[in-house]
Amino acid sequence: MNREDFPIFKQDLIYFDNGATTMKPQCVIDSMTDYYSNYTANAHRGDYDNSMKVDVLYEGVRGKVRKLIDAKDASEVVFTKGTTESLNLVVFGFMKNELKEGDEVLLTKSEHASNLLPWMELEKEIGIVIKYIPLTEDNEVTIPNVLSTITDRTKVISLAQVTNVIGDVRPMKEIGEICSQRGIYFVVDGAQSVPHRKVSVQEMNADFLAFSGHKMLGPTGVGVLWGKKELLERTKPLCYGGGMNTSFESTGDFELKEVPTKFDAGTPAIAEVIGLGRAIDYLEEIGLDKIESYEQELKSYLLARLKEVPKIQIYNEKTASSIVAFNIEGVFSQDTAVYLNHYHICVRAGNHCAKILKEQLGVKNTCRISLYLYNTKEEIDELIRVLKDAEHIFDIVL
Amino acid sequence: MDSNLRREIILDNYQHPLHKGLVEEEGYQKIRTNNSSCIDDLMIMVKVEEGKIKDIRFDGEACAISTSATSIMIRNFMGKTYEEAKALLESYEAMIDEKPYDKELLGELNVYDEIYKQPNRKKCALLPFRAIHQILENKDLFNK
Repeated sequence: MNREDFPIFKQDLIYFDNGATTMKPQCVIDSMTDYYSNYTANAHRGDYDNSMKVDVLYEGVRGKVRKLIDAKDASEVVFTKGTTESLNLVVFGFMKNELKEGDEVLLTKSEHASNLLPWMELEKEIGIVIKYIPLTEDNEVTIPNVLSTITDRTKVISLAQVTNVIGDVRPMKEIGEICSQRGIYFVVDGAQSVPHRKVSVQEMNADFLAFSGHKMLGPTGVGVLWGKKELLERTKPLCYGGGMNTSFESTGDFELKEVPTKFDAGTPAIAEVIGLGRAIDYLEEIGLDKIESYEQELKSYLLARLKEVPKIQIYNEKTASSIVAFNIEGVFSQDTAVYLNHYHICVRAGNHCAKILKEQLGVKNTCRISLYLYNTKEEIDELIRVLKDAEHIFDIVL
Repeated sequence: MDSNLRREIILDNYQHPLHKGLVEEEGYQKIRTNNSSCIDDLMIMVKVEEGKIKDIRFDGEACAISTSATSIMIRNFMGKTYEEAKALLESYEAMIDEKPYDKELLGELNVYDEIYKQPNRKKCALLPFRAIHQILENKDLFNK
């Protein structure tokens, strides 16, 4: 749907790597060009027209994000570089001061590196203990498995709402409820969910939610950390400088601004934030419900047609998101991706930043197709045509 | 080289690589070669004895180019002295890098003489040779 809004598709390009990043509609590109061409100014300063305009637009995007994720207040929206920085801010700005040696953090082996490495580093720094919630045969998280991993020392559960290799959709509402009953912090990695479905931080009972702009039709270099106000107030910024303090003295005393401005040290990514705001408008104009159901329709079609391909193995047929991981027997995933590239079809090969998932899947590398609203059944037909011809794969890649 | 023959040699070495599988034995240098920009990940073990490369074995997951290059490397580097291995390695790297090289010396390794046409796969063809590099850095191994 809405394919004509994306200038990149004037090229001969079939883009199936939306879990990595997404294409940009013209309106998002225009919104950023407009800032650079017509009203460039810094935010939070100046008494002149352009600066005031920038301030209103920049701060206004917090309101758009609030509405998108059903948060209580726009001041709970912090702009970051992306999901990775958002999760690092949670771990090193908040958890590092709240957790003690021996406190347990529950993760899974299918988390992205950015929801694993910060915790592993914190484990080294202060001695928290990482535990992995066991996954089912279909690599999913179940409530009984969550409950059986929780102990008296469990302080945090940090999970992707939708994982980036398997694409399973976790029962976040139930997990959030368990967390809030037991005083466990619930951190949600929304990188693969916020772009594709309606997300409500209140319904999930989340304490923090992290996501990226570029995976939801917005620009690179901007993302969001949403957190409950009282938790953000206790979070220490990772970056200090201009724009985030109210006063400082040569004695070394200084005072920070309120949440969320205390996290805005230095000039923020103003054009990118404005672009993100436009991307949110665009997604909401179409409707996230509609996007989700369209992706579901495409995914069912993709699965049905993939089964026509000889020697194909699909790893995540049952999951509810629009991500499909597969291999062709006897062909290394990277060779498959290079082969598809020959026909201008973009898929991702590899471990997809989930390097310990191999312990669970028993296979290290897969090809991943991740769909989005602009993909079509015709593109899937072309993929299948090329894959069915894969016996000639080495004529192309060698 | 005829392109069908080239493809046949590469494919044969990919599907039936030489010395795949590691051994639990003393006297081997173990070298892990992987690449941050691709997903190939190989463990290579090399035994040097009496001034020559006595044995090379490997295991791991890698693409057709890396795997076949490992297999062909093993066949061509076994039995080589320090000087022979060094000359062969330098010539091979020069070929991948599109510099002048000794075509005759390379023999079977010439199958990668057109890899420069796919620049993103040069690193695949070079990957296993890092193990030889590392072995040659330790010249003492050859003097025992």
